[in-house]
This record gives sequence, structure tokens and C-alpha cells, in this order.
Amino acid sequence: MAESKIKNFNLNFGPQHPAAHGVLRLVLEMDGEVVERADPHIGLLHRGTEKLIENKSYLQAVPYFDRLDYSSPQNQEHAFALAVEKLLDIVPPPRAKSIRILYAEIGRLLNHLMNICAFAMDVGAMTPMLWGFEHREILMEFCERASGARMHMSYFRPGGVSIDLPEDLTDDIYNWSETFDPLCDDIENLLTENRIFKQRTVDIGTVSAEQAFDWCFTGCNLRASGIAWDLRKAQPYDGYENFDFQVPVGKNGDCYDRYLVRTLEMRESNKIIKQAINNMPEGPIKTVNHKISPPSRSDMKNSMEALIHHFKLYTEGFHVPAGETYTAVEAPKGEFGVYLVSDGTNKPYRCKIRAPGFAHLQATEMMSKGHMLADLVANVGSIDIVFGEIDR
Amino acid sequence: MAEIWTNYGWPLTWIILKIFMIIVPLMISVAYLTLFERKVIGAMHLRKGPNVVGPFGLLQPIADGLKLFFKETVIPTGSNTIVFVLAPIVTFVLALLAWSVIPVGAGLVLADINVGILFLFAISSLGVYGVLMAGWASNSRYAFLGALRSAAQMVSYEVSMGFVIVTVLMCVGSLNLSDIVEAQRTVWFVFPLLPMAIIFFVSTLAETNRHPFDLPEAEAELVAGYNVEYSSMTFALFFLGEYANMILMSAMTVILFLGGWLPPFNLSIFNLIPGPIWFAAKISLCLFVFVWVRATLPRYRYDQLMRLGWKVFLPISIGAVAVIGGVLVASNILPLNNTG
Repeated sequence: MAESKIKNFNLNFGPQHPAAHGVLRLVLEMDGEVVERADPHIGLLHRGTEKLIENKSYLQAVPYFDRLDYSSPQNQEHAFALAVEKLLDIVPPPRAKSIRILYAEIGRLLNHLMNICAFAMDVGAMTPMLWGFEHREILMEFCERASGARMHMSYFRPGGVSIDLPEDLTDDIYNWSETFDPLCDDIENLLTENRIFKQRTVDIGTVSAEQAFDWCFTGCNLRASGIAWDLRKAQPYDGYENFDFQVPVGKNGDCYDRYLVRTLEMRESNKIIKQAINNMPEGPIKTVNHKISPPSRSDMKNSMEALIHHFKLYTEGFHVPAGETYTAVEAPKGEFGVYLVSDGTNKPYRCKIRAPGFAHLQATEMMSKGHMLADLVANVGSIDIVFGEIDR
Repeated sequence: MAEIWTNYGWPLTWIILKIFMIIVPLMISVAYLTLFERKVIGAMHLRKGPNVVGPFGLLQPIADGLKLFFKETVIPTGSNTIVFVLAPIVTFVLALLAWSVIPVGAGLVLADINVGILFLFAISSLGVYGVLMAGWASNSRYAFLGALRSAAQMVSYEVSMGFVIVTVLMCVGSLNLSDIVEAQRTVWFVFPLLPMAIIFFVSTLAETNRHPFDLPEAEAELVAGYNVEYSSMTFALFFLGEYANMILMSAMTVILFLGGWLPPFNLSIFNLIPGPIWFAAKISLCLFVFVWVRATLPRYRYDQLMRLGWKVFLPISIGAVAVIGGVLVASNILPLNNTG
């Protein structure tokens, strides 16, 4: 009898798949349960964000950043606001910086809660999801009270933030932050020392420090591989240097370490939130240069100049001096960078967005090869990808 | 004419009546088990669970049933139509069939056969065919993988379940389910045979494809596994079959280890409560654990599940057969049933 070759079969994983984290499409070559090749296909959520930004004024570009990584919109806005400020050569007032850090850390919590819980769901534990989202909901209400929008805040503007925080909000956030550590304990109770959870995650999708560099890892995924690199520490922006927080670092770079780094980072973010509230300075929340930030309502009623500023700002927008900048922030998913080129007009000449998820997704094949289908799901869950930013 | 009625007609009618007396409460229990699960799991998730349809959501199962009933049955073009439709029927019928030998109270059993436990074991083993047929007939890779997983899993855990049952049988000396319950009048087998009871219960989790062994329908991996292509009533039959199986497996656990319909500790005051109610209460306890486990644990990976079945449970249960048999013989308390 002629020797026949056993062919592997292809499995089309996604884009309509509960573990695809949005619209990930993986073409898997499977040898039974073992993944031989994982080929990620992207582009199903492509909206042409970068090109759209080129045709909008700088202020109009802000909401596009919310819609990149929609699990932590604030942090993207932060990068854009910083980039524009760098080109304009302005510094926001201290209160604006503190508010931004407060909300950037809330964004980090939003993201990590979503990721940890979804990751737990991917390996089959459903309860953390419900517990985490209860608190995510509260956090979104804080966003709503500050900006009017639960998710897409468009709150961080070049020059500061759009409006001041309402009264009592910081008190409420502080009271809530007291209840957050118990939640972390509860979620960790279900997962961290759970034997099945450890069996599913320890030594799965191991990424060495070397590989992490090669595949351009940043953020939690890089730190899980043992590299203590956090932009908030390495090149502080908006006054992160004044805050006391630790950078958790993993050891093995497997799914379990990535999970642990995130849980620890949530507790650190909570610390930053408390510090930001305790040391919140008084004062203006956006730059007083009314060529960039709108004047107050009452000024407009009394001052001709203010009215002109307002009119110019909301029709033409502000002009940014010619130049270019690469500005990056430590977004919850990793280094989120904005490469902004200005030609001196009111619109960016080019706005290249460096999304961390894009780099992480590339590594799916490397991480999952030879693992089982269930491990592939764990890997995809643990690298924390959101398609809003990958497809842009 | 009257003779035919007394000889054949009445017994047949009586049997059919008895069948209805089993199936109707069973179907109601299955319907309300879904509500029970959603309510319990909701409480564990700090949410309310269904509470809109009827008071406390009590009409939810009926609404769900009606919805599924009125949906269109989609049969994929590439599927093998006959097997595709047959598979859920097989699953459902087998889940009901096993109830014919389950004693719900003293003497309250449809067929009090002497090999009751073997019959149960045989029926629950056949359950894998429904899943296999569904996976194969769907002609979908997800369903196919689910069916493969399911077949491997059910077969593996049945082996250790069999040995666990043997240890109980050695203590009883009979295969009759009523005798097994009566043998626990002084002490429930869960106390002397605790490790076996645990192995048995975990195996029933695997046997019914429930968390943490729900790989055949692992949502995050296989979407819905073997029933991914099913809709409407065909899906409902799978669903009912799965939940009926959960109740069946709980009933088996109760009969083998928790003293069936007997009240705890043989206290006379508890005898005021009729046996079937004790039986139902104990089953509810087991079902609660089913739901509790689902809310708590992540899912095993395929190879880990196999390792647990073959490398942990099987050696322990085989060892237990030898040890318990040895102890029974050595202390000369091996029950010998010479009547059968």
C-alpha cells in the first residue's frame, strides 16, 4: 500500500469568534489539537484613522484617539495631547497634569480589568468577568461625570483638559479606590493560586527577554519577560516623576506572568490615583493661551477678543508651528506613540500612530506554535490586543 | 375482552401512566434547573439573574422553551441530514431512558431490575454517540473537534467511574439500585468511601461535559463545540439532554453515596419527611455543587483532562478496588448475596 501523507487541516478562527477579542481572524493549521501555524489576518476594523486625522484640525483629531484602543481611551488622547503640546511648546497647568494622570490611571484600570477578566474567561473562569465589570462600570461613571461620555471622553486636549472636574468627584473616586484592593483580592483568590488556572497559564506562550525585544514588545508584555521598562519611570511625562509607585516585573514571560504583572499594576495604579487626588493642585485646567484653548463663556460675553478667539478656534482651529515629534506614553497595553508632522497649518501633515497591540499580535505565531488550541486562546488573551488600535 | 384488559391493557396503561409520572416531573425539573443555575450563578456573580419574565423570573424557562420551539430549524447544506437530526434525539432519549431504573423512594421505581447499575452505566456510556453523531454530521471543523474531545473524555472517565462503582458494589453485594440504597441505612457510603465519592462526582462532571471539563463545547475555543450548527428544537433537545443528564448523574451520586431516599443518620424524626423529598433534596445539593463548580473554576486543557482521567483517577480507583476488597475479605464482612 502506498504511504499516504496525513494532511493537517485548516481552522478558520474568527473573526466571529468569542475568543477573538474583536475581529481577529486567525487561519490555523492544526495537527489534531496542536497548532502548527497561526496566521493572523488583520484589517477588518480598518477605518483609515491616520488619514482622517490629516484632514481634520488638531482639536478634531482628539476623538479619533478614543476610538483606537476603546478599552482605555484616555491614554491615547494623552499621547496626542502631549505630542501637540510639544510642537506648540506649551506646558499645561499643574492641575491639568494631575487630572490627566488621574484619568490616565483610571484608563489603565479600565484596560487591565477588561484584560484580566477576559483572559480569565478565555481559560474558562467566568466569574471574574462579572466582578470586574461591576467596577469597570463605576469607573466609566467617573469618566462620564468628568467629561459627559462614558467611554470616548475626548477629555485630554492639547493644553490641558476640556473642563474642570465637578465637585465631590475626587472624593467619590477616592472612596471607590478604597474598595478596589478588596476587589483585586477577590479576583486573585479565584485565579492566582488556582491549580487549573496555573496549569493553563504557567509556561504557556513563554517569551524570553530576547524574543520580547525582537518582537518589539512593550508595556506589561515586555515587563512580564523581565525587562523593567516603563515610560512613566524612564521618561516621565506630566509629572509622573512626583508619584510614588512600583513597576512590577515578571520573570518567565509566560501567560501567568503577564497576568500577574497586570494584577500588580492595577494595585499600583490605584496608589497613583490616591496620590493624585490627595495632591490635586488648584488652578486652571487648561492653558490660558486662548489661541489654543477656548476662553470662558463669561469672557466671550464681555470681550471682543475672546469672542474672536472662540470663533477662530472652533472654525479654523489653532495653527501648529512646523516640526515633527515622536511622543509616546505608557498606555496600558504598552508604548503608544504618536509621530506627528506639522507643516505650520491647522491640520497635521502626517500622524503616524504606533499601537502596541499591533506589535504584540505579530508574536501570536511565535508564541503559539506547537501549543494546543486552548493555549492559543490563552496566548491571544494574555497579550492584550484590541482591534481598534491594531487596524486603526 | 375483559381478560385482555386485565392481562394486557391495564398493565400497559399503568406503565404508560408511570412513565408520565416520571417524565413530567423530570422535564419540569430540567426546565427549572436552568433557572436554578442562572439564579445561583447570578448570585455568585453579584447580579440578579433572570427576573423579568414572571415573578422572580419563574416563567423564564417556559419563555426560553417557547422561543426555541418557534425558531427555524436550520440544517446546514453540507450536513448529513438524517444523522444531524437523529443526534439530538439520541441524546435526549438516552437521558430520559436511564430514569426507568432510578428508585426515587422505597419501591417507587419503574423497573426494579437486578442489574440496575449496569443498565445505568450502559445508558450513560451510550450518551457519547449523540455527541459524536452531532459532531460528525454537522460537517464543521469546530463541531468535529468538539465531538472528538467529547468522545475521548467520556470514554476515559467512564473507566474510573466503573471502578468506583465496583467498590460500592463490593460493599453492597448487589447490582440492584434499591438494594444499594437500603445497604446505606446505617451509614451512607460517602463516609467510608469518601475518596471514591469525590472521584465519582468529579467523573460525573466530566461525563456530563460540565465545567471544568466542558471542553467539547468550550466557548472560548470551539465556540459551542459539537452543537455549534444546531438551532431551534434540535438545539433544545441537546440542551434538555445535557441538563437531564446532570440530574441523572446527581441521582447516581445520591444513590451510590448519599443514601438515596433515606433520611440522614436514620433518625426517626426525619422519617416524617417522605423519601422522594429527601431524594430530591439531595439531588438539589449535588446540582448546586455542579453550578458552584461552574462559577468557580477555569477550564482544563485537553491533555490535562486526559492526564487527570488516566494517570490520577484510574490508578487510584483500581487501587481502591483492591484495598477495599482486601479489607472486606480480611475483616470477613464481605456481603454475599446468595439469593440472586
